[in-house]
Amino acid sequence: MSAANLRPDLAAIAEMIPQGARVLDVGCGDGALLEHLVRTKHVDGRGIELSQQNVNACVARGLAVVQGDADTDLAEYPAQVFDFVILSQTIQATEKPAQVLQHLLRIGRQVAISLPNFGHWRVRLALLLGGRMPRTKALGYSWYDTPNIHLCTLADFVDLTRKHGAVIVRALALKNDAVAGDVRPDSWGPNIAAQGAIFLLRKS
Amino acid sequence: MTETANPRFLRPLSAPGADAGKVVHFGADKPLTLDCGRSLSAFSIAYMTYGTLNAARSNAILICHALTGDQFVASEHPVTGKPGWWGMMVGPGKPIDTDRFFVICANVIGGCMGTTGPAETDPATGKPYALDFPLVTIRDMVRAQAMLLDALGIDTLLAVIGGSMGGMQALQWAASYPNRVRAVMPIACAARHSAQNIAFHEVGRQAIMADPDWKGGDYQSHGTRPSKGLAVARMAAHITYLSEAALQRKFGRNLQNREALSFQFAPDFQIESYLHHQGATFVDRFDANSYLYITRAMDYFDLAEDYAGHLADAFRDSPNRFCIISFTSDWLFPTAENKRVAHALNAVAAKVSFVEIKTDKGHDAFLLDEPEMFDTVRGFLNSVAASESIS
Repeated sequence: MSAANLRPDLAAIAEMIPQGARVLDVGCGDGALLEHLVRTKHVDGRGIELSQQNVNACVARGLAVVQGDADTDLAEYPAQVFDFVILSQTIQATEKPAQVLQHLLRIGRQVAISLPNFGHWRVRLALLLGGRMPRTKALGYSWYDTPNIHLCTLADFVDLTRKHGAVIVRALALKNDAVAGDVRPDSWGPNIAAQGAIFLLRKS
Repeated sequence: MTETANPRFLRPLSAPGADAGKVVHFGADKPLTLDCGRSLSAFSIAYMTYGTLNAARSNAILICHALTGDQFVASEHPVTGKPGWWGMMVGPGKPIDTDRFFVICANVIGGCMGTTGPAETDPATGKPYALDFPLVTIRDMVRAQAMLLDALGIDTLLAVIGGSMGGMQALQWAASYPNRVRAVMPIACAARHSAQNIAFHEVGRQAIMADPDWKGGDYQSHGTRPSKGLAVARMAAHITYLSEAALQRKFGRNLQNREALSFQFAPDFQIESYLHHQGATFVDRFDANSYLYITRAMDYFDLAEDYAGHLADAFRDSPNRFCIISFTSDWLFPTAENKRVAHALNAVAAKVSFVEIKTDKGHDAFLLDEPEMFDTVRGFLNSVAASESIS
């Protein structure tokens, strides 16, 4: 798979990863990103994925993927064995996001996390003017059936990273399914304008 | 060392047309060293092969059978006449594709289908070994398999695959001979036998030993067979291979050939006559002492023990690729035990995949029609074969 076929946030994460790195993709889906990384960056890649069908797709691609979930399985991984850990569009669906973040920072030397922004202006307006729980393109579920049980704004997430002693190496805004470039994570602008973001973190 | 056709079976062949396989005899110059400190010589290993070994000798897959399995993985059983125990998995075009791979399956040491076990004649006494047969372990079984591969001129296996006790052997292969195998696929197994599993095995063994026809293990000399005890052992074990949900779905409280309860102890319920049937057919094909020895081998299995209690150390620097499969309703080798192996492999950064398949069929699911298991096995072997340039 070429980078052009990857979801834009995944392609942006792929670009951050150095050649030959040891990578853990948490919530790796059908393995598209991992396979891309193995082919183009010759990484030593591993995955964790919830769906059995997706794990089968990964296994057939020759990837090493364990069926499991971020909330329960990360604790079993030893510290600092991976150069790079990826968690894309998943942290808001975990039961204990703070604990997941802690594990990611423990397991990987660098951590790339992408997440939707509940501070986006459309979300704010939907609640302010509509008086209903927001349903947007990025967050398309009703309140009663959403898997996104721990939504946050970019500012909230920045607070959490600081609380756990993480350094934000880079922050990239996501707008209209595309990467809109580097932003200052603690400025108010992206927290209104971006539909999501990718954070590159490391333990301080 | 000699190789002959047609191993000698304890039971008469009821399917004389079936391929009875081959046997390799290891002479006194090639003893099998055992974990108990004794060694076995001379001894024989009976085995079956399917497919063709390629010129590079790189397409061999070893299938390890479970407690009561045998080498007839994909062909008619010469004693029972039943089709191979993994016929849906192994064969031309099947997930373990014998058009591509050379499949070997050998009867384990201690078994009763042509490989040397307690029912065979002890060359030192000229009488059946019975309880003089040394206790064997999973590692001994694997050591014997490695000797068989040497005899067949196969240096490296493309894969070792097995379910239940076969999975234990696959894990032992990864620990003992990591450089003689590329891919390791343990299915529905564990790196150790649990207290509950040992408990069930002990019930089975006690049932056999309580049968007066067991005669202290010497039943062959007495011309008896502890069939009742062995049948009870099988009945108890068989319950552990199923799940409560599957038993309820298949049998419920349905009555067997009657309209009402009999108010007697003859089998009223379908589940009772089903278990009776399982017990009765088992004793026709299995040796009671073999059952004692092989259950003991499983009980003794604790891979971590060889590595000061650190399971991960069994796989340190492993060059192998692993694919582990568990089943949601398997309470004999539950997902947690399978996952424990996956976690140990993760801890040493081994290449491991793990899949948990949803089914209500219990431990036996690995022998049954589970399309997702077939997909996993096929996908994994395809990727392994591709990386080894096997067409």
